[in-house]
Amino acid sequence: MDYFLSEEQLMIKDLARQIAVEKVVPVREELDEKEEFPWEIMKALAQSDLFGLFIPEQYGGLGKGAFELALAVEELSKACVGVATTYAANALGTYPLLLFGTDEQKKKYLPDIAAGKKLVAFGLTEANAGSDAGGIQTTARADGDHYVLNGTKQWITNGGEAEIYTVIAITDKTRGARGASAFVVEKGTPGFSFGKKERKMGIRASATRELVFEDCKIPKANIIAREGMGFIVAMKTLDNSRAGVGAQGVGVAQGAIDEALKFARQRVQFGHPIISFQAIQHMLADMATETEAARALVYAAARYIDSGAKDVTRASAMAKLFATDVAMRVTTNAVQVMGGSGYMKEYPVEKMMRDAKILQIYEGTNQIQRNVIAQALIKESAAASKGK
Amino acid sequence: MRIVVCIKQVPDTSEVKINPETGALVREGVPSIINPFDMHAIEAALSIKEQLGSSAACSVCVLTMGPPQAESALREAVSFGVDEAVLVSGREFAGGDTLATSRALSAAISKIGADIIICGKQAIDGDTAQVGPEVAEFLDIPHISYVKKISGISGAVIRAERMMDDGHDVVEAELPCLITVVRELNTPRLPSLKGKMAAKKIEIKKLGLADLGISEEEAGFKGSPTQVKKIFTPSARTGRRMAEGSIEEQVDAIIKELMERKCL
Ligand SMILES: Cc1cc2nc3c(=O)[nH]c(=O)nc-3n(C[C@H](O)[C@H](O)[C@H](O)COP(=O)(O)OP(=O)(O)OC[C@H]3O[C@@H](n4cnc5c(N)ncnc54)[C@H](O)[C@@H]3O)c2cc1C
Repeated sequence: MDYFLSEEQLMIKDLARQIAVEKVVPVREELDEKEEFPWEIMKALAQSDLFGLFIPEQYGGLGKGAFELALAVEELSKACVGVATTYAANALGTYPLLLFGTDEQKKKYLPDIAAGKKLVAFGLTEANAGSDAGGIQTTARADGDHYVLNGTKQWITNGGEAEIYTVIAITDKTRGARGASAFVVEKGTPGFSFGKKERKMGIRASATRELVFEDCKIPKANIIAREGMGFIVAMKTLDNSRAGVGAQGVGVAQGAIDEALKFARQRVQFGHPIISFQAIQHMLADMATETEAARALVYAAARYIDSGAKDVTRASAMAKLFATDVAMRVTTNAVQVMGGSGYMKEYPVEKMMRDAKILQIYEGTNQIQRNVIAQALIKESAAASKGK
Repeated sequence: MRIVVCIKQVPDTSEVKINPETGALVREGVPSIINPFDMHAIEAALSIKEQLGSSAACSVCVLTMGPPQAESALREAVSFGVDEAVLVSGREFAGGDTLATSRALSAAISKIGADIIICGKQAIDGDTAQVGPEVAEFLDIPHISYVKKISGISGAVIRAERMMDDGHDVVEAELPCLITVVRELNTPRLPSLKGKMAAKKIEIKKLGLADLGISEEEAGFKGSPTQVKKIFTPSARTGRRMAEGSIEEQVDAIIKELMERKCL
């Protein structure tokens, strides 16, 4: 399929693919096995300017958008979702600054992020606040020209490895959803430490840790947007980045199809390559069709985001939901096509299937995506009937 | 600080075939790449530039002599972060041996100006390893070949490790200086997006015979005393012996041997 990419977009895709093939594929199995953070690959991505893709040129980036980011994420995910998660979570953590930061904050943080000198993480989830983000208990108390943070964020991607953290905390308990605010916290701030690294089913190259705040004092200037805007910052951030999770789904699904196809053409049973069996052919046909549909939806959502549309919540939720459900199905079926070989670590689809699972969970589970989409439908329908 | 990297566009050897009758490379339909050793030369230049930092006002210029298509090799070099590109081109340069090539390249380098010149140790389609050192001779500057490590550049001195069969030499040379590099030196980087964008736009400076002040007799086939009679893989060197004993004894043994072989 031709998505009419511009010359620059093709360049971005080619470069991300080159990094995936030359730098990621040779080490992905080892990174997974050892749960090793992919610093070497992050360095290569930085040197190639890919960290600056979605950051405006005035802050040292390339001034591209969610679509170009999705292209890069897709290519990396074809090779390894663990690596792609590390890269994509960096964008997730950057969006609060990009969307709501002051010019001063942008000048301070974005150039280093664009250059890949500093990684970023986004801290919303807590032990008692997963899908129900409104339940967060981490607090930020104003104290003179400082805020004092207390509480623990859980399962934060790039936790411990990143230098810059965008964190949501409660500034006023009495105000409910309007009582949260967003902050930027730098690694090394006294009172800010990390929990142990989590051991995971998949995306084991990515680092997931707790962020622990104990009377952590940060300057007042570190608030992002205004007091009370925390959940708006979080929701807009997720709106922008969820299409990227969809792109991860498209990438890993495509990677699995490529492997399954290659295998099915070579594996002989009953005197024929298994690809000559219609049962296998139909599985592959469905896998390819679903993946292409997911790609089209993700690209459309990302381009919609870049168009400057005001409300992209539904579009990005749909892209995330559909593409990641497809990713789970396609990677599972890739294992099925390859039989016992698919289940073995000698072939990459075993890892792809483990990795794909996270995509249905983080940045809002797919049940939550359905809630979000349904709410948008209800709102739209109600507005339409009111207008009559 | 100005660094000039000499590169050559060569056929991708993993794809190349040899005509069994002429022994020559069949170039038609074979993709062209930057000579792999030259990729290490480019990387060396870029990392020197990075290490020196912006204060040193270091720029990297990539230079090749070749047909107009060689422009694509120069553009690829720019995609890695090279600042300028120069193409020496013209009908008169065709068919040059290493002497004619070195003469043209050194004339170009004199025009461009350079503090450090970096070449790959050899080109994979000729394997002579002569052009680097010959360029240094034409320019009348020192050279260090087979560099596997650049230990430092301070003031006007470069210090490098030269790979030998049985270890390495540590060599210091004054700038301007030419080095040729081996694979062990570094890992070439991938292109960057800004580099790729620059590569599309960059204006490649072209130099011809007249610009270089070379006569037609000195260029290309006419300026090449070498005649290739046959290309073959030499059998591996055998029968190497190490002289033993004190230095004097070793020298005596070698002189005796050379006299026996009527070399002296
Ligand atoms: C590897 C990993 C990395 C992560 N990285 C980050 C990060 O960088 N930053 C960050 O802030 N968070 C991160 N998270 C947290 C992630 O976003 C949450 O895990 C996710 O939002 C779900 O929350 P939960 O795990 O608490 O599940 P729960 O909310 O407890 O949900 C459990 C189940 O109940 C379902 N459920 C819950 N509520 C509803 C409802 N109203 N309707 C229907 N079904 C419902 C869910 O869909 C799910 O199936 C990460 C998580 C993981 C595992």
